[in-house]
Amino acid sequence: MFEAILLTVITASTPLVIAALGELVTERAGVLNLGVEGMMIMGAVCAFAATQMTGSPYIGILAGILGGGAFSLLFGFLTLTLVANQVATGLALTILGLGLSGQLGEAFVGQPGIKLQPIVFPLLSDIPFFGRVLFRQDLTFYLSMALVIGINWFLFKSRAGLKMRAIGDNHASAHALGINVIRTRYLAVMFGGACAGLAGAQLSLVYTPQWVENMSAGRGWIALALVVFASWRPWRVLAGGYLFGAVTIGQLHAQAFGIGIPSQFLSALPYAATIVVLIIISHNRRTTLINTPASLGKPFVPDR
Amino acid sequence: MHIELEKRARVSTLFSIFSPLLALALTLVFGVVMFWLLGKSPLGALYSFFIEPLLEVWSLHELAVKAAPLILIAVGLAICYRSNNWNIGAEGQFTIGAITGSILPVMNPEWHSPMILPLMLLMGMAGGALYAAIPALLKTRFNTNEILTSLMLVYIAQLYLDWLTRGPWRDPQGYNFPQTKSFQIEAVLPEVLSSGRAHWGFIFALVAAVALWFMMRFMLKGFQVSVLGQSERAGRFAGFSARRMVWFSMLLSGALAGLAGISEVSGSIGHLQPSISPGYGFTAIIVAFLGRLNPLGIVASGLVLALTYLGGEAAQLSIGISDKVSRVFQGLLLFFVLSCDTLIHYKIRLVVAGAKAAEVRS
Repeated sequence: MFEAILLTVITASTPLVIAALGELVTERAGVLNLGVEGMMIMGAVCAFAATQMTGSPYIGILAGILGGGAFSLLFGFLTLTLVANQVATGLALTILGLGLSGQLGEAFVGQPGIKLQPIVFPLLSDIPFFGRVLFRQDLTFYLSMALVIGINWFLFKSRAGLKMRAIGDNHASAHALGINVIRTRYLAVMFGGACAGLAGAQLSLVYTPQWVENMSAGRGWIALALVVFASWRPWRVLAGGYLFGAVTIGQLHAQAFGIGIPSQFLSALPYAATIVVLIIISHNRRTTLINTPASLGKPFVPDR
Repeated sequence: MHIELEKRARVSTLFSIFSPLLALALTLVFGVVMFWLLGKSPLGALYSFFIEPLLEVWSLHELAVKAAPLILIAVGLAICYRSNNWNIGAEGQFTIGAITGSILPVMNPEWHSPMILPLMLLMGMAGGALYAAIPALLKTRFNTNEILTSLMLVYIAQLYLDWLTRGPWRDPQGYNFPQTKSFQIEAVLPEVLSSGRAHWGFIFALVAAVALWFMMRFMLKGFQVSVLGQSERAGRFAGFSARRMVWFSMLLSGALAGLAGISEVSGSIGHLQPSISPGYGFTAIIVAFLGRLNPLGIVASGLVLALTYLGGEAAQLSIGISDKVSRVFQGLLLFFVLSCDTLIHYKIRLVVAGAKAAEVRS
């Protein structure tokens, strides 16, 4: 029983973790992309469409990553090249993504999807409990774990990561040091888009293998909150993602047991939890200031 | 080859006026391409999307019905965005305003007094303002990001409405439809003209737009909004309080969204049901930006966006295009508006790589 619940928690948490990690990298470079929800839903529809057309969910995963990444370029062009307002452009990306995915996905509504199958590690998966939980998962789970470790290494142990953090904290100084601010930010935005796309692909290929309009249901926004919650640190994103996954699954089980609380109130729990968590994490102005990338959301025009 | 921006010495008046029009034109060009890709005759599709709804009296009334909530919400949001407060939860404040405004007719269906309607409108505004007070309180007291909190509250408001209309407020004689009893005639917002459905919500929207335009143009409060929005530091030196501005802008936009909510329910729907808005609160964000955050500009842009809703419905019937197309149009429009706005502050130059190298050498 516990094991079964844990497995569903993992499935619910993985897309949050992946999308939040992508946004974390984008924000570490000083760019605030509020379009996670839009990129996620585009990833979901691209992944589902590609899977239905080719029969292979792995091509679907790839399509999701490419779809999210390509869609984020639109945001990159507006905010980095044309220095448009990042908040407004992010909102535009979400609105356009929700509309466009509805349009693209119309032909696929109601079709039974193909589920991404778990990859079973021989021997390791035979370990009692841990084997079944950790080594009989699908590709997206392994990718989420690899991303946590990889991003942590990149940001805090690699030269390129140091440069990226420098850009996020002070783009004018970084520019003066000869770091290419705009190029790095383009890469960071695309990485965020690709991650959001992968998270979307997980939704339409693993979590509920079908296409439903608006199926991301605010997860992109929760991922954004997770980045704040995690104070821009990859391991804390992992912890926060699983906390939210647990709340989501917990309320589903509570609904199933029928504990007398209306289902709508339970469905509202993950959103309410987001608010509570934001309060707890932001109430100390000083620590928030220290943790936030200092040039987050500020426009940058290179002088020459 | 790449794009370079050069800051203009002063803001371009020409492009301040033309950038929204340019954005509209670009959206139309994209629309032509999109319809062509969908295998429809582009001109015919554009005609049924954007012209046909303007040709008949009843559809002009529909235009006003759809524009009313968009304008009401967007003028409030414009004040928020100008003062650098990012309320994006207008959809939630709209929903809560609709709920609190409906308390009287739902609880007292037999109350036939002319007092009921003004009370409903006031309660709707109060509800919307109170709901917007949550992110305002969290921002001023706990330093919480208002973008995320106001958005999370949208989902919560929608679920609450869903529970009300399926649970305690459901009409027992409603053949199991999840909706409340139809409002008594005294609780229905009347039509402006006898020729069609356009209700007083549209008048409220025009009044709000003119009033806020006046405030931004001629009153100290309006000046505070722009100063604090452009530089909080400069505002502090002038003795303006950023904290109070958070409250002012959030409560104002919440109240207007709440008024939009109760006007829509009372004037257009006539009862509460689980879904009362085709995303007005989010589309209003586009309206606000297309109107360049100017209350009078927003009246025009609200009508344009209302037309995309109507056009979407019309095109679905006449040429069999999915109504999702209007959402795509709306998203594209916002993108083009934002990119055209760059022209107001910058000159855009295409630089060919070779030329740049030559420049460096000399």
